Amino acid sequence: MHVAYPVVLAAMLFSVGVYGVLARRNAILVLMSVELMLNGANLNLVTFDIWRSDVMHSGQVMALFVIVIAAAEVGVGLAIVLLVFRNRSTIAVDSLRELRERTDRDGTAPEDAMDPP
Amino acid sequence: MTTLAALVILAPFAAAWIGMLGGRRVPLGPGGVAVIGTAASTVMALVVLAGVAGDASHVRESSIQLTPTGSIPITVGVRVDGLSASVALMVTVVALAVQVYSIGYLRGDARYSSYAAFVSLFTAAMLLVVFSGDLIVLYVGWEIMGVCSYFLIGHHWEDPGATAAAIKAFLMTRVGDVGFLFGIFVLGSAANSFRVSDVLAAVPRMSSGELLAGTLLLALGVVAKSAQFPLHSWLPDAMAAPTPISALIHAATMVAAGVYVVALLHPVFLAASFTLDLLAVLAAISTLGSALAAFAADDIKRVLAYSTISQLGLMFVGLAVDADRVPSVALLLSHAAYKALLFLCAGALIHAVGSNLMADMGGMRHAMPVTFVTMTIGFAALVGVPPTSGFVAKDAIVGAAWDAVRHRGAAPVGLGPSLVGLVCALLTVAVTAAYSTRAWLLTFFGPVRNDAVSHDAPPVMSIPLIVLAVPTLLLGLAAVGAHQLRPELLPATVSLALIALGVGVAYRLWRGVPVRDPAIVLGRSRNAVRTAFYTDDLYERTVAVMTRRLAAGVSVVDDNVLGRAVSRTGRGARQLGGILRLSENGNVQAYLTGVLLGAVVIAVCAAMLS
Amino acid sequence: MTGVEIAFVLLGIVALSSAVLVVTTTQLVHAALWLVVSLGALAGCYLLLSAELVAWVQVLIYVGAVVVLLLFGIMLTRAPIGPSTDLDSGNRLAAFAVGLGTAGTLVTVLLTGLRHAYFHLGDNPGTGTARSLGDAIFRYWVLPFEVLSVLLLAALVGAIVLSRTNIGRVAAPEDDSASEQRGRR
Repeated sequence: MHVAYPVVLAAMLFSVGVYGVLARRNAILVLMSVELMLNGANLNLVTFDIWRSDVMHSGQVMALFVIVIAAAEVGVGLAIVLLVFRNRSTIAVDSLRELRERTDRDGTAPEDAMDPP
Repeated sequence: MTTLAALVILAPFAAAWIGMLGGRRVPLGPGGVAVIGTAASTVMALVVLAGVAGDASHVRESSIQLTPTGSIPITVGVRVDGLSASVALMVTVVALAVQVYSIGYLRGDARYSSYAAFVSLFTAAMLLVVFSGDLIVLYVGWEIMGVCSYFLIGHHWEDPGATAAAIKAFLMTRVGDVGFLFGIFVLGSAANSFRVSDVLAAVPRMSSGELLAGTLLLALGVVAKSAQFPLHSWLPDAMAAPTPISALIHAATMVAAGVYVVALLHPVFLAASFTLDLLAVLAAISTLGSALAAFAADDIKRVLAYSTISQLGLMFVGLAVDADRVPSVALLLSHAAYKALLFLCAGALIHAVGSNLMADMGGMRHAMPVTFVTMTIGFAALVGVPPTSGFVAKDAIVGAAWDAVRHRGAAPVGLGPSLVGLVCALLTVAVTAAYSTRAWLLTFFGPVRNDAVSHDAPPVMSIPLIVLAVPTLLLGLAAVGAHQLRPELLPATVSLALIALGVGVAYRLWRGVPVRDPAIVLGRSRNAVRTAFYTDDLYERTVAVMTRRLAAGVSVVDDNVLGRAVSRTGRGARQLGGILRLSENGNVQAYLTGVLLGAVVIAVCAAMLS
Repeated sequence: MTGVEIAFVLLGIVALSSAVLVVTTTQLVHAALWLVVSLGALAGCYLLLSAELVAWVQVLIYVGAVVVLLLFGIMLTRAPIGPSTDLDSGNRLAAFAVGLGTAGTLVTVLLTGLRHAYFHLGDNPGTGTARSLGDAIFRYWVLPFEVLSVLLLAALVGAIVLSRTNIGRVAAPEDDSASEQRGRR
């Protein structure tokens, strides 16, 4: 089998995941898209391991480790999403804008004024 | 000889340094230090004069060259001849008299130590002007005199009138000093050297344009410094200074420096006849106009100030119409003596009475006899009564003007200016007699208007008066030996007649019951005459108003244009930043989009370029 | 085309299309279920590539645990059952552009580089078995393995700390608001 098949599939999965991360509003959908990206990377790792017949099986071992890390990440990520939901009653990522630059109406920043607590 | 001359300059300079650094706590007191410095200078100046008395026209010089300037070198040196030695002696004697007098006049003044130091510095600067062998060094002395004059006029700076007068004097003389400096540059570059001897020697080689430009510019400086029309109005206002300062600076020395420079560079001026014409006309206007103003003045110091302007004008007329500078220099020397004497006597009167106005003084001859006698001698010299020095000198000038009109081809100036000069000089003689008599009568005769004065001035003030009265009276006899000063019959008779006319008119107007001010004859024009025909008003309305408007305009430009430019730049920078800030909207997905897009672009570039 | 290739292409199509559905569907729960399909198809791909342990671990952990966690998250955040219109942000066009760019770049580069690369799948039959992978892990990769277990512990602790609700504070909710008011004064 040509190596291109799994590799191209991995690239496409990764791109779909990128689209999902950037386009979806719900935080959990974003997490799902991140899982898609990770899976694309995993497929690549396994492909190269099998193609090169690695003695140490680094590709497949790495794939296993990525799965473990993905699981840990989803756990912590969901805890954060639940915390945000508890405080804001919404998990739409584009309504979480506290990091934006605060400006007055006329476009000048009130750098000396204290932001209201 | 030249070393001694250098020491003459350095002695008061050292006294000034010690006085300024030590303040009130110098040994012998600030007055003592100043008097010792000036006395030493006087003695040495006397020795110098004795040394050059044999051959007065021979010039002795010594100089050291400073580091090369790249173009025309500046030398620091001393130039001693008859003219400089005699003027130097006059300066030191008057300065010494003033210093001694000031000890009594300014007793109890809180700023006496700085006053004495400044007077010493001023003396040193004037001596530098007199003895300098290099025009730039002369200019240095000229400027230091201006600065000292500013400080000394504003000695009582709590009085806003004094401060204003000091600034006015400084600014008006500054206007002239610019011209003076550029005149020196023109002459120096024409002669390729700033040394006085070199400039004088190079006169035949200079082009007429250079001579004209140089002398006209120098004349601007001289006219300002010697308070001639049209830059005369600072001198009457400078009478806000303490009277010894008026005696020293504004009668005998600083204002006479202009005359000295013209006399020093007389060959240069003689070669530029247009400048002499102009100078003659301006001096003639000054001499007659200020004499009339002196007739109408109420303040005794203003009478003497206008009188100074008038006498200086006469000196300039003499320098213009006569190729020989001796008559004008003789008038310079004798004027220094009698004008200083008159000012110091006026100071004694003011000190006793407490007011400057002649209306507050009357019948003072009983209460203050020494002052009366010395002031009478001074007035006599001013009027030109023989045998005082004033008579000899003034007569010589009138005679020279008469000769210039008669032998019009031989005179340095044209017929017109010399005629104007002669007429004005003769009229001035009469008016001088009139105002002197008026002042003398109003002050010393008539009813006693001030009973508080019971004694004469203290000895420390009267002794300088007596000391100055001697040369005033007797210098005329010494001058008869010089052939240039021998009086001619016709001019002498005419001037004596005019003097008698002036004295008589003033006396007639004064005498009567009740005694009155002879200036009443001027009637309604008295105000115009008293303010020197409104010249000051004219300057106020034109120059002062224009300058103030210009300053207001500049201030408006500074606030609105420059200030707004600065603040608008700041605001513009912030608004530009605001545009950039639009991308910081807090949306994490937008940030991520940017990052990944960038990564894709970089990857594509890397793939394409490798 | 060999049988492996045909099977791989079919599984690939399934994986890719369900992935696309994950990121485009308007129903939240369906997205999670399509994710299951996609991950399952990927597990099939791994099997075809003779990576057996990875395939079954993928099914166990990803499909079994991660997706269940995501479903729990969806439920706990009161996800609407049924279609909802606000699942896509306004960033769609830019995201599509970036996705397209990424896809184009990666595919081009990989195809260009791996033009003449072929698998030799039958040569090494025991390559993906549990025995050989276990050997490799506990011989060469034992240290990262231990670190990973610490990581899992940290994630566990972190998740618990982040998601608890004021356990340990003595004050009742009314006293909490009172202490907040006192703090504000």
